[in-house]
Amino acid sequence: MTAVTATRDKRTTEEEVVAELRDGMTVGIGGWASRRKPMSLVRAILRSPLRDLTLVSYGGPDVGLLCAAGKVAKVVFGFVSLDTIPLEPHFRVARQSGAVEAMELDEGMLQWGLYAAALRLPFLPTRAGIGSDVMAVNPHLRTVRSPYSDGEDLVAMPALALDAALVHVNRADARGNGQVLGPDPYFDDLFCMAARRRFVSCERVVATEDLLREGPVQTLVLNRSMVDGVVEAPGGAHFTSCEPDYGRDEAFQAEYAKAAADAEAWSSFRIRYLDVDEAGYRRAVAGRG
Amino acid sequence: MVACAEAWRGDGEILASPIGTIPMLGARLARATFEPDLLLTDGEAYLVANDLPVGPGPFPKVVEGWMRYRLVFDTLWAGRRHVMMGATQIDRYGNQNISCIGDWARPKAQLIGVRGAPGNTANHPTSYWVPNHSTRSFVAQVDMVSGVGYRRAAEAGDWIRQHHEIRVVVTNKAVLDFDTPDRSMRLRSVHPGVTLEEVVAATGFELSVPSSVPETRLPTPEELRVIRDVLDPTGLRRAEVSA
Repeated sequence: MTAVTATRDKRTTEEEVVAELRDGMTVGIGGWASRRKPMSLVRAILRSPLRDLTLVSYGGPDVGLLCAAGKVAKVVFGFVSLDTIPLEPHFRVARQSGAVEAMELDEGMLQWGLYAAALRLPFLPTRAGIGSDVMAVNPHLRTVRSPYSDGEDLVAMPALALDAALVHVNRADARGNGQVLGPDPYFDDLFCMAARRRFVSCERVVATEDLLREGPVQTLVLNRSMVDGVVEAPGGAHFTSCEPDYGRDEAFQAEYAKAAADAEAWSSFRIRYLDVDEAGYRRAVAGRG
Repeated sequence: MVACAEAWRGDGEILASPIGTIPMLGARLARATFEPDLLLTDGEAYLVANDLPVGPGPFPKVVEGWMRYRLVFDTLWAGRRHVMMGATQIDRYGNQNISCIGDWARPKAQLIGVRGAPGNTANHPTSYWVPNHSTRSFVAQVDMVSGVGYRRAAEAGDWIRQHHEIRVVVTNKAVLDFDTPDRSMRLRSVHPGVTLEEVVAATGFELSVPSSVPETRLPTPEELRVIRDVLDPTGLRRAEVSA
């Protein structure tokens, strides 16, 4: 097999990625609920002074953790869930205390907003949302009339342009080609295409010529034109799942949700797992009884 | 559970999307018995051709297709799907709420979010499963319309009106539908051991009650065998309903 010379090495670190983000940015986070979330990048944001972020996410603990740390001004979401624990405790508190602004959308509307941004369109039409209170709580949403004989009124879902996208995949090469080996690529490619700056963490960086040894060509869901930075982050999705490399750490997720319910317990959780660097996090996770 | 299975009768070769243990058992029971053409996933992205037990597994899967979320959305908008979702609140015309309790701007209780409910109800048949039929869940007015009910669908234009359908609402007490002239909720059947009065008392709005209300049918011996031996050998069904 022919070896490939990396023309541009995009490898970087969590800290360098976070240094590229600014207060007030709109940040899209890939994955789905408590599945394949770029948690090491999220943890690096928790350690940073960043604030006032707008998050766009098929939400899971990424949204909860960032809300709990006071990093979030607004959440654009269709749901926020931990899957096996249906409701995200920190997100609930953030909404119930009025700490964050919300833009609540149908899941398909969220996809359409990302797709519109990816394709540089001002909006895409959809029926999702019509008749529901999604239209009432988002008074800025407009409808558009079909110019054809049907004359149907449709929601003009506006583009959700992102300042930055953060996603986590199984493998990537140093040039930014990303590979998802699990059953569902979710919408990670759209998050990257909708964003100005695109950062991918991965379980393992491999040589370009080895990508197809890991999985078939259909698993290469990100190409290097869609990616600006690659972070090698083994266990980077923990405690969310990253099939087939590892499943969700249900015991840890239960510990997380339990701690979130109580200020004192949360404080010790934070000191133990979050006020430390990524290596410290991994040690703390490995060392728990 | 048999009532949940009955929701899929006649659906044929479409994607059945049951959310929750009892709806999932219902859909899998329907396919294992009277509705063999249904498409079902493993709860994630694989379409599975075999009768899969509920629970963590792992169980052997005969994978017949790849139903990643993007294709779920496409299938949904294409209309080849029937979903059975939960409903924290539901009203007389079938408006459903899974978003929040209280004022949306600052809710008393944040729930999961509207999820795909607005798009589901605009595009294809939707059913609901409510494990705790009470005046807290069957309310005069829901706090945040997530899934669209009949009155609102009628005002949402010809296309949505024609494609909108709330098939059934299955609860721990009864089966309800909207087979009335004004599309308000009707009592279709009462589960064995539950009285009609109990159902009416647990419903926070005026329910249409026909002069004769049948009892929800019991599972056949063959259905019981499939549930106990194949689909739920560990008894997960009992965790979701007490009665």
